[in-house]
Amino acid sequence: MKTIHLQEAIALIPNGASLMIGGFMAVGTPERLIDELVHQGKRDLTIIANDTALPGRGIGKLVTAGLIRRTIASHIGLNPETQQQMISGKMAVDLVPQGTLIERIRAGGFGLGGILTPTGVGTVVEEGKRNIEVDGKNFLLETALRADFALVHAFLADYSGNLAYALTARNFNPVMAMAADKVIVTAEHIVPIGVIAPDHVVTPAPVVDYLVVNE
Amino acid sequence: MEAQTIIAKRIAQELRSGMLVNLGIGIPTLVANYVPQGMSVFFQSENGLIGTGPIPEEGMAHPTLTDAAGHPVSALPGSSTFDSAISFGLIRGGHLDMTVLGGLQVDSHGLLANWMIPGKMVPGMGGAMDLATGAKRVVVAMQHTAKGKPKVVPQCSLPLTSLRPVDLVVTELAVIAFPEGRATLVETAPGASVEQVISSTDAELDVPQDVPEMRV
Repeated sequence: MKTIHLQEAIALIPNGASLMIGGFMAVGTPERLIDELVHQGKRDLTIIANDTALPGRGIGKLVTAGLIRRTIASHIGLNPETQQQMISGKMAVDLVPQGTLIERIRAGGFGLGGILTPTGVGTVVEEGKRNIEVDGKNFLLETALRADFALVHAFLADYSGNLAYALTARNFNPVMAMAADKVIVTAEHIVPIGVIAPDHVVTPAPVVDYLVVNE
Repeated sequence: MEAQTIIAKRIAQELRSGMLVNLGIGIPTLVANYVPQGMSVFFQSENGLIGTGPIPEEGMAHPTLTDAAGHPVSALPGSSTFDSAISFGLIRGGHLDMTVLGGLQVDSHGLLANWMIPGKMVPGMGGAMDLATGAKRVVVAMQHTAKGKPKVVPQCSLPLTSLRPVDLVVTELAVIAFPEGRATLVETAPGASVEQVISSTDAELDVPQDVPEMRV
């Protein structure tokens, strides 16, 4: 793990990169990283996230700035700008059931090719997918998802990069931290080693590539 | 009584002590207001919380304690928080006793459409498909008609949420169940006649000889 300044962290990300971004309706989203993405005008991004939040919050800021080419999410209903950009063709949107989305990300981070889920069988979600019968039950084969970068927000990070999360700000963050080539983390508090007891570490330090210093 | 109050009060009667229950957005959320006194139910919020409590008093909201719509909630004693993989493991894995979902259409076999209107409303399914597929019991809370058009129909014209039929539909006019895959009138709302329910329903309804009135 390396510590890094905010500007340098975002400078690592090229235009056209795929980003997993933690958070659920902007709760647990790394807002500083988002603000810097907008500031540096990174464009043609592919965003993998639960939702696109609201205009002015979290991923909603990337939508407003027109930086996203493709979104893979479970819900965009609370952000009318995402819907407008989807209808106008500016942004491609793949809608994925929430439980399937998190499992596809988990598969990507856990070395699996995909997962079998009953969710979506017989619905429009099944289109183009393999339906596999196991012990008399039908499942869809949903393939793994990975990204170039995961942007993760934790509550606590210790000096070595161990992470712990707060309440409902945990959501997609620890799963995404496993599923990207480079993992960039912001934390509410950066604390000495030992402050997070081993039993309370949710994301182990070795998966974190960059911890953004608090300034 | 308002339509949504009738629906929420009636669905609250389906709760049992110790259940793990997920409430969808809209009318389903109101069910939490009518938990019978002395009963302890665990409410799950799929963004990663079991033990969801009432909206906190002004000034007591915390930015990292929210419901699935991102609104501040409280956490009751005995609550737990977890990531989204565990949250949907609870939903799909047979751990969720009951979910209450909104509905756009339900067909005569209990199949639900509740996540999109092609060309008009494409918000994404969020957790609805997992909930409708994975919960042990699926209850739909919806108005009986939308702009005068019946929502219980012979076949859904809107995209389905799941191939797994729902267990119960509760509206301001009726309670409908699906024994052996057939829409069956179980109760009528106070003041609603069987004829009124039938005329507001497009699907063919099995009507037993005795249809009791909801007690709400």
